[in-house]
Amino acid sequence: MAEIVNEFDLVVEPGRAEKNYWNDLWRFRELFFFLAWRDILVRYKQTAIGLAWSVIRPFLTMIVLTFIFGRVAKLPNEGVPYQILVYAAMLPWQFFSTSFSDASNSLITNTNMLTKIYFPRLIIPASTVIVNVVDFLISFVILIGLMIYYHFLPPWHIVFLPLFLLLAFLTSMGAGLYVAALNVKYRDFKYIIPFVVQFGMYISPVGFSSNNISDKLRLLYSLNPMVGVIDGFRWCILGGQSKIYVPGMILSIGFTFLLLFFGIWYFRRTERTFADII
Amino acid sequence: MGVVIKVEDLGKSYIIRHQGQSGYVALRDVIAEKVKDTFSKTKHLVTNTPIPKIAAKEEFWSLKDVSFEVNQSDRVGIIGRNGAGKSTLLKILSRITEPTLGRFSTKGRIASLLEVGTGFHPELTGRENIFLNGAVLGMHRAEIKKKFDEIVDFSEVEKFLDTPVKRYSSGMYVRLAFAVAAYLESEILVVDEVLAVGDLQFQKKCLGKMQDVSQSEGRTVLFVSHNMGTINQLCNKGILLKAGRISDMGSTGDIVRRYMKSGSTNGQIERSSVSGTLVPIINFSEISINGLHSNDIYISPSNELRIGLKGVCNHDMDYFRTGITILKDGIKLFSSHNHPEPQPIKKGKFQSEFFIPKYVLRPGDYSISIFGHDNGNNRKGTEWIYGNEVLTFTILEEWDTINDFNNEGIFNLPVEP
Repeated sequence: MAEIVNEFDLVVEPGRAEKNYWNDLWRFRELFFFLAWRDILVRYKQTAIGLAWSVIRPFLTMIVLTFIFGRVAKLPNEGVPYQILVYAAMLPWQFFSTSFSDASNSLITNTNMLTKIYFPRLIIPASTVIVNVVDFLISFVILIGLMIYYHFLPPWHIVFLPLFLLLAFLTSMGAGLYVAALNVKYRDFKYIIPFVVQFGMYISPVGFSSNNISDKLRLLYSLNPMVGVIDGFRWCILGGQSKIYVPGMILSIGFTFLLLFFGIWYFRRTERTFADII
Repeated sequence: MGVVIKVEDLGKSYIIRHQGQSGYVALRDVIAEKVKDTFSKTKHLVTNTPIPKIAAKEEFWSLKDVSFEVNQSDRVGIIGRNGAGKSTLLKILSRITEPTLGRFSTKGRIASLLEVGTGFHPELTGRENIFLNGAVLGMHRAEIKKKFDEIVDFSEVEKFLDTPVKRYSSGMYVRLAFAVAAYLESEILVVDEVLAVGDLQFQKKCLGKMQDVSQSEGRTVLFVSHNMGTINQLCNKGILLKAGRISDMGSTGDIVRRYMKSGSTNGQIERSSVSGTLVPIINFSEISINGLHSNDIYISPSNELRIGLKGVCNHDMDYFRTGITILKDGIKLFSSHNHPEPQPIKKGKFQSEFFIPKYVLRPGDYSISIFGHDNGNNRKGTEWIYGNEVLTFTILEEWDTINDFNNEGIFNLPVEP
């Protein structure tokens, strides 16, 4: 009998998964939306506090930071109410820190899916971050409230805000992917994450303006990608009084992309062993 | 009919670490490893106990040189003992893990069902979980919407569609989860032992559905089960795996028969499957039920069970006894000891027997874990040895007036005449 010519549409060999990967990522896009939708449903469904939490947390932190940096340390307020100065930075910081820690832990919390179903693993950390975008939007309402209370009119720059939110998203993804992959292998990494987040808040210009940093150190300071994000947010929300330090911004953005590239590279490299070691 | 799955020289190796029980590495451990090593050597020198040999890493081939082809609309049963590589094979075919060697090619969409209800979230309602689980299995939204009514119908949980699944009974949960999978439109369906959970009636319904799917729609099914009856009923071809290699292929009837026969040499307890502080002293060698050693022991509910455990002891001990634990689906049902009190034991061979009255265990698959402990008076704490699920056996589905089909629960209690 003549051999029937078969055209197999999938060939799997060690180390050859690469080719299908980005195709698969597109094919599984609906899973991405469903997982994001699941996280959102779960976050706001069960807990009455769920919704309130995304409002209370940044608000209380803002009050504390305003008191410490504005009243006690008496740092300059750049001509805007200190509350708004702090809150404009609280928004991206909160978004980054929760996204980063959620993404870092996402693979561990979804262990059963990892070991039972095939899909591009990138979907898990990426979809986890979406729920934090919703949180961000809710927290944003407080900012509007603050603006109304202090009769503060934002400048036209505010239309660029989504760009800086995207930058914050990319930063948290870059760092999150890298740590998520490490977390699978070295399970005690989860103890390091909260520390990094807490530490990060103090070395990022959340409670004060980065204009307080001396010119000599400014470029070095901008190596922290969140400096670029926060400066950008302040520029969008506070306008003229908060100028962007251009070399620093470029450095921050460049570093974000480097981080993202490195994060994806490391994640992709270790991804195929996740199911074996998790 | 064309070949839809072609597997060539597939192999998968794992690195096993003998130190530590966890499968993952902790950064802390990596750093502390050297320090600990030195410390334990010193400790053994001080207490004058032998330094255990440390074989740090070992390569283990859980699958090797596996080649086969599957034609369209074949229903292939994959059988083999625990650890024969069945699950690894399914995991590779469903692309969860990568093969170390070889390759496989497939034609058409593969859907795999290695667990019932993967991605189910307890807080979400039945309706929401249908969509979520569908997406997890690779269905599109439009597809799920189209089949939604059929899925609900099949699952028989219509009334509870808007209840969070955390309030479902386990039966309802399984029914809903399987219903989603049953309506997957894929050319190839890979199914691990997932039916073992549902009730008998629903299991039959699912099997019927799977048979339908492959016969009328030309779909290909790869199926793993320990239940030979199910394999016989569902599959037209069988693949028998043994220690990671294909030992036989052919028609289901032949393969199942050969598999049941081949079991008669087993019953040996692997040294690597036991752990505990007594490992250097106690060596469990063999376990049997009613004199049967195989890993496929079928016993009628109307027979009593005598479980024999043999082993060798390297030291005299003052207070020692052995025991067994019976498990079903990983749940420990009960334990039994060979003596009411720990006994002195001499160096050399020993043998224990445990007894389970007839009718107590209801039909189903069970496994046995073994243990021994020594709470000697001159030592602090208890020395122990434990072998997890070293033998499995099946109580046959034979119903009578005592083991009544309509009885509920895990056990039957014998009735005084």
